[in-house]
Amino acid sequence: MTYRPLALAAAFLLPALPAAAQGQLNLYCSATLEWCQPIARGFERESGIRVNLTQKSTGEMLAQIRSEARNPRGDVWWGGTGDPHVAAGEENLTQPHESARITELHDWAQAQWRQTQGRTVGVYASVLGFGFNTELIARRNLPAPRCWADLLNPAYRGEIQMANPNSSGTAYIIIATLVQMMGEEPAFDYLKQLHGSINAYPRSGTAPITAVARGETALSLSFVHNAAEEAAAGFPVGHAVPCEGTGYEIGSMSIIRGARNLPAAQQFYHWALSAPAQIIASQEAKKLQTMANRGVPLTDGAPNMATARIIDYDNARFGASAERRRLLGRWDREVGALPR
Amino acid sequence: MFFGTSFFFWLIAALGTLVLPWHMQQDGLTLAGLFALGRGEAEAASALSQAAQFGRFWFWPVIAGLLLALPGALPSGDRARRARFLVWGGGLGLAALMLQGLAVGIQGWNWPVLARMFGELEDRQFGIGLGGAMAFAGFLILLTDGLALRGYFKGDRFVSGAVGLLVASILVFTAWPVGTVLSEMFTPRADLTLGAAMAERLFDSKIWGLGCVTGRVNCGVFWNTLLLATCTATAATILGLCFALIVTRSGFRAKKLLRLLTVLPIITPPFVIGLGLILIFGRSGVFNQIAESVFGLELGRWIYGFNGVMLAQVFSFTPIAFLVLIGVVEGVSPAMEEASQTLRASQMRTFRAVTLPLMLPGLANAWLVVFVESLADFGNPIVLGGSFGVLSTEIFFAVVGAQQDFGRAAVLAAIMLVVALTAFVIQRSVVGKRSYVSMTGKGDVGLPTRLPPPVRRVAFAVAIPWAILTVVVYVMALAGAFVRVWGRDWTPTFSHFERAFALEWSPAGALIFSGGAWHSLFTTIQLAAIAAPITAGLGLLASWVLTRQRFAGRTALEFALMLTFAVPGTVIGVAYILTYNLPPLEITGTAVILVACFVFRNLPVGVRSGVAAMSQLDKSLDEAAVTLRASTFRTLRTVVLPLLKPAIVTALVYSFVRAMTTVSAVIFLVSAEYEMATVFIINRVINGDYGLAIAYCAVLIVLMMAAIGLINLLVGRRNLGRRAAALPTPAPVGGRA
Repeated sequence: MTYRPLALAAAFLLPALPAAAQGQLNLYCSATLEWCQPIARGFERESGIRVNLTQKSTGEMLAQIRSEARNPRGDVWWGGTGDPHVAAGEENLTQPHESARITELHDWAQAQWRQTQGRTVGVYASVLGFGFNTELIARRNLPAPRCWADLLNPAYRGEIQMANPNSSGTAYIIIATLVQMMGEEPAFDYLKQLHGSINAYPRSGTAPITAVARGETALSLSFVHNAAEEAAAGFPVGHAVPCEGTGYEIGSMSIIRGARNLPAAQQFYHWALSAPAQIIASQEAKKLQTMANRGVPLTDGAPNMATARIIDYDNARFGASAERRRLLGRWDREVGALPR
Repeated sequence: MFFGTSFFFWLIAALGTLVLPWHMQQDGLTLAGLFALGRGEAEAASALSQAAQFGRFWFWPVIAGLLLALPGALPSGDRARRARFLVWGGGLGLAALMLQGLAVGIQGWNWPVLARMFGELEDRQFGIGLGGAMAFAGFLILLTDGLALRGYFKGDRFVSGAVGLLVASILVFTAWPVGTVLSEMFTPRADLTLGAAMAERLFDSKIWGLGCVTGRVNCGVFWNTLLLATCTATAATILGLCFALIVTRSGFRAKKLLRLLTVLPIITPPFVIGLGLILIFGRSGVFNQIAESVFGLELGRWIYGFNGVMLAQVFSFTPIAFLVLIGVVEGVSPAMEEASQTLRASQMRTFRAVTLPLMLPGLANAWLVVFVESLADFGNPIVLGGSFGVLSTEIFFAVVGAQQDFGRAAVLAAIMLVVALTAFVIQRSVVGKRSYVSMTGKGDVGLPTRLPPPVRRVAFAVAIPWAILTVVVYVMALAGAFVRVWGRDWTPTFSHFERAFALEWSPAGALIFSGGAWHSLFTTIQLAAIAAPITAGLGLLASWVLTRQRFAGRTALEFALMLTFAVPGTVIGVAYILTYNLPPLEITGTAVILVACFVFRNLPVGVRSGVAAMSQLDKSLDEAAVTLRASTFRTLRTVVLPLLKPAIVTALVYSFVRAMTTVSAVIFLVSAEYEMATVFIINRVINGDYGLAIAYCAVLIVLMMAAIGLINLLVGRRNLGRRAAALPTPAPVGGRA
């Protein structure tokens, strides 16, 4: 029997590309489209390999990769918060890989790669912080928040939003960060106190900062780069990195188990860790995240991971699904179920 | 006539089995590739070739079924004998076709039990293609022909074929994927046994909790959803009725405008309404700022949660109720009302005792449709819900959120199904078995009665403010397309349209669609245009079968047809990739899966509007045609169809529009080649690029209005032979073909 060429539906994707293409790559991208497209085109220019790009949020992408597990359609999964990447690794949906460039990366990126036995590597990091509406704060004579402790100020009552950790990975990182910084019991005490000041736990992780931008709430717990993006769009949004220290998410990259274009996937993996590939983010996509490659300069206005007090985030422990379920269960019982 | 005989369908099955390539061809099908007997490559060959040349023994039973059916397909011979051959041959062919597809997959045997019995299989196969699909259709019709010959369905081949087609398509495109996803309910969780995991997911206080009754804690999502859906359905049905009454039974001048206005929300991607409402009623919205500066009142965040979601849902679903009800109100025969008034009943009494009861099935249908729509709605709760969760958002986040618990999603989906089905059962028992026929073949002349003044006053008092509010929400929302930063910098600009729909001339003089939105726009229009007629055709066929034919399992069929409606889009999307990513039906990443998703998700509305219209048509009309020796098909075509024009328009419009505006179901199904407009828009919104998103929405709205006009023009109106004195000149909406 002749061996049927591997890419099935993928063969139909993006038909009108140069005939000179040498092979193809199905790229699953979980960053924003503004970022995914330059990355895909950049790799095409570099390698001559045709890239079929599919962009979805991290959670949706994990759901898709899981559904396709018996007949994978994607080759590389690039971008998006690290926990779903780690979960995919746990479920054996991704495969380990080692690139020679691993030593060029920041420690946090290397650490994630080691902790996941090489299944996932960090490509960028985003720092957790506060976003606030500068106009609303001025109108109500509220101080701008600087530290985690400031948020318990009774003046903020009913003015803070945080996403629901049951649905949002961002909110889960907040809980995990507090547990690592304060210890589990004090962290939950803090969350219980904070509960009284929170006006809503929306389902989506970016909903709180959108609400801040449009003046619907004064404060949000969000990634700093999201706040900066709203400010860049013209909204009166300020941001702060908590003074006691904070956690971060690692935008990650994994090779999907059973990738049909494995050599192309490995070539992309190698390329995506290089400084020129990562400069695309700051130059073309104007992203404020910190890139994993040490050779990439920081974008203007981006928080500096070296100077901000960043905790040593334990991806192995807090990315594992059993620990996640335990913490979320505890949050549900002790915080979410409290009256407001 | 040859086309339509059993032998014709046998030839189709034979063509599919013997000549055409059985499997889906990876690089598309060429004309030369059609003849697939004796190919060098197994995957490109027909079933016969694969069995004979490549040792794929699992095709022999299919071929045996084909041969067995042949004596029955030939027109001569004893009826009972022919029926036996057809039933056995068609049945064997179908069963063998499905079994081999399910048993042999891309990694050999799909079921471990087969590998244990027969040893590992060294061969494998991919999804079925043209040949397999044609063989399936052929065998199916042969089987239903055989059943009709045996005397089932009163011996009517057309009816039996229609039922067979409906049952098969529902099984393949609804029951199978939904079953797949529900079976995920039984996936055990790492630290728990199967039973314990099930129990924990099922008896979760987050689903059933009643904390909101006693304290300031959120209630379980089940109660939230139930309350929301009930309130929305009731409000939207009342509003829809008001609009329908005003448009059909009053001298209101701006009727056409009202018609247009009520159709607007249905052709809008849902988040636009939500965002428009935030701009008006949000904490920093216009309404709140006026309240604060004029009355010193601080209204706060009341729009978030139950209030806002319900408001947005009533905005979104009133048009659906209106679309269902307008056909119903038009269909109430004036003769009965005139009779009532001749008997000296007052206008008010006529309305209460004659008009309203005759509209009851329509009202119940509208209520049910909105109820189920509200259950499955995802866009509004996500934008306006705040902490208020409903089943659809819980399911979405159970799949994609931080929990990643597919079993929980399956449990929630099952609960949602039960709720929808209960509503369906209650609706049936309320409407019951009474007769609502008012359109008979007898001279049906009369003027539609004017509304009694009290009813008219109420209808206007309710509908007009709502219409004005709708306009305001739309102006606020659509303004986003023409200003720099929506909700912030109101400097007028066209730059969003330029980015989305730029056109350039190449040096050679050819037109280049250089804007970012063209590709998804063309794909969307194309797929929606393919899906709409299929949905309408299948939906009306189903409603005709359901109302006019009596056969065992009719209720089960009706129930199955409503099923996809009750399943939220996200579940359908995941169910479709789980099911169709693997052989035998490997259609992920193709246009087929998107069209199938549109058709089977929107089918219930086609069915409901057809059923509502059909239950007003007297059966004696059909009987008269049959008495005059018209065939069943001809009766359907020349008598029933022309009277169903409003229902056809509804089904076509709704399915076209919904295919262009669905988000949650298609988000998992799109691929780079088949990108849908809504997914493109949602990605813009997630990015905070509201300007381009709304500009795109505005273009879609204009396009859909054009499409609705075109559909009205093509289908035309039904001509009921009633005097048209109410209007000086007949001026149907959208013109006449």
